[in-house]
Amino acid sequence: MDVIVLQLFNGISVSSILLLIALGLSITFGLMKVINMAHGELIMIGAYTAYVVQNLFADYLPDSMFGWYFALAIPVSFIVAFVFGLVLEMGLIRFLYGRPLDSLLATWGVGLMLQQLARSIFGAPNVGVKSPAWLDGGMTVGDNVFPYKRLFIIGLVLICLLAMYVYIYKSHSGRRMRAVMQNREMAACLGISTRRVDAMTFAIGSGIAGIAGCALTLIGPIGPAIGTYYIVDAFMVVVLGGVGKLVGTVFGALGIGLSNTLFEYWTTASLGKVLVFACIVAFLQWKPSGFVALRSRSLDN
Amino acid sequence: MKRKFWKSGVFVLLALMMVLAGCGKNDNAASTTTNADGAKTDDSGSGSETSSGGEIKVGILHSLSGTMAISEVSVKDSEMMAIDEINAKGGVMGKKIVPVVEDGASDWPTFAEKARKLISEDKVATVFGGWTSSSRKAMLPVFEELNGLLWYPVQYEGLEQSPNIMYTGATTNQQIVPAVTWLLQNKGKKFFLLGSDYVFPRTANKIIKEQLKVEGGELAGEEYTPLGHTDYTTIISKIKEAKPDVVFNTLNGDSNVAFFKQLKDAGISSSALTTLSVSVAEEEIRGIGADVLAGTYAAWNYYETTDTPENKTFVAAYKKKYGDDRVTADPIEAGYDAVYLWAAAVEKADSTDVDKVKAAAKDLEWDAPEGKVKIDGETQHLYKTVRIGEVQTDGQFKEVWNSGSPVKPDPFLKGYDWAKSLSEGK
Repeated sequence: MDVIVLQLFNGISVSSILLLIALGLSITFGLMKVINMAHGELIMIGAYTAYVVQNLFADYLPDSMFGWYFALAIPVSFIVAFVFGLVLEMGLIRFLYGRPLDSLLATWGVGLMLQQLARSIFGAPNVGVKSPAWLDGGMTVGDNVFPYKRLFIIGLVLICLLAMYVYIYKSHSGRRMRAVMQNREMAACLGISTRRVDAMTFAIGSGIAGIAGCALTLIGPIGPAIGTYYIVDAFMVVVLGGVGKLVGTVFGALGIGLSNTLFEYWTTASLGKVLVFACIVAFLQWKPSGFVALRSRSLDN
Repeated sequence: MKRKFWKSGVFVLLALMMVLAGCGKNDNAASTTTNADGAKTDDSGSGSETSSGGEIKVGILHSLSGTMAISEVSVKDSEMMAIDEINAKGGVMGKKIVPVVEDGASDWPTFAEKARKLISEDKVATVFGGWTSSSRKAMLPVFEELNGLLWYPVQYEGLEQSPNIMYTGATTNQQIVPAVTWLLQNKGKKFFLLGSDYVFPRTANKIIKEQLKVEGGELAGEEYTPLGHTDYTTIISKIKEAKPDVVFNTLNGDSNVAFFKQLKDAGISSSALTTLSVSVAEEEIRGIGADVLAGTYAAWNYYETTDTPENKTFVAAYKKKYGDDRVTADPIEAGYDAVYLWAAAVEKADSTDVDKVKAAAKDLEWDAPEGKVKIDGETQHLYKTVRIGEVQTDGQFKEVWNSGSPVKPDPFLKGYDWAKSLSEGK
């Protein structure tokens, strides 16, 4: 019984991480039809930003303040990745709208360059990020320990999700964003600067990748190749969820996260992954546009 | 108007690329100045006279790019340092050693191709290189075909012996087998085996399982994860359920970071559960965090803290050359040893001819930073002292056990009855 609870928690925790890394991608891929292969490297930028903030705190502030570096690292990661995304959009992506395959190649190249840049600045080996003391340990329930870091990440994801929801569906600029994505010409006719909206959308997607990178420093390695570990999972979530819908991304992440931990528990890590892939392939045969898009299609029918 | 935008975009991209390329170049120049020097002298000397003139060419073949660069660049650094030191003392046979550095790019076919190039085109006297077993297996047929000589500096899974390879890292009976015995005597009987899913951990665990059977151990579980795996929560649940005394960790690379961080988060302290790793050295500790690893164990032949006069000089020289924040580790030291051993063999043979060097290398001894090492003429592996260390909060190891004297290499575990089935299976 304990194990079931723990595995369920692990599944939700994995899902929350998947959701965080896929959220930014689902915005750029789903709404803008840009296949951003550099998404993983934007995650990396977030992770290295956390590392830099940590070092600044360690070098210039009293030890008692050190624990709070992480609270600052999250917004700073967002801003740094946001700026990178903005530059990337203005310098490259804007010329590739409507050409998904070209965007795939170009962003992949950018990803490689960013990896090399990180290697040049920080060196090839992993760097260490010390997690703040207030995230050490965990909540003990019976025999199970629920690490505070995992709970923190789940909370962080919920906040990001809520913020995205409010931004896309409630705010003025979010409404403009949806208008541009749904009918670019019409939106342009109504006086919306589509170029500016594109840039903002891409930058926000990048910023969220930065937050994801910052959160990942709590649980995994931080090196130049960190993005490559997560990029495949992120695409799986987006495709499985059905592109362009927040709800779809949530379902995709939960589906993959939970089934992954369950399969892994019953079999082995390698086989578990294979089974997850097999299930996704089977599922996409049955519902080619993923979880959510189908709902709208059935409405159309 | 539209055209202009296009152009400006291309410019921005080009500028970005140039900036990035520039950064890369600067950094490379800083870290491999000796490399550039070597290449220069190499150009002037090539073609006319190779080893008969005032210099002897040697190949250095490591992954300077790609996923293995993390580990291999520092081994290349220590080999370059050894070459510089020997040159400063007058070289070998009165000739200067000139390194020809090639990048294996973490790609096994590239290793084979570059090895062929080094031997047939550059006509190097010997090659120092490789890290993964896959890279060694790819180079092996090339060295055998062209009768070259490879010095391989990393601990590996054993069960191999090539007349054209000198193994300066540990084989299983100098690392894994004594570590298992030590754990059984000091830490408990129930073993959980965790490794990355490829040849080294699979072979190592096969050996461990046989050993547990005869030495009274018990297998509590066995798990493999793909290379680069980053979520260990489920594995940790399994470990919790199996309640082992010891986790024998053969994970490689970044997975170690995720595993140890998540183990700590799950509330399992290093005092509650003993973990012993065979692929986590000083270099890796920096990336995982000493606070996460403190109290865990590792088995190697060398630590930065190993207390010999030779090691004090070695560590000081390495830090002086490459920076105070750099650390030395077992494979870094084994690469350094390899260069000195080769140079000593060449001096003794008074020739760079591969067969003569091999004959001279037989039973050659040298005071390495790790203590006395000796080339075993029969297997071309080194006699090495086995050391088990505990990670301290400063990221260094404290030695808790050593074998006392150098252990004779036994790559096929012929000296162990229980290992018969393994070598036969091979």
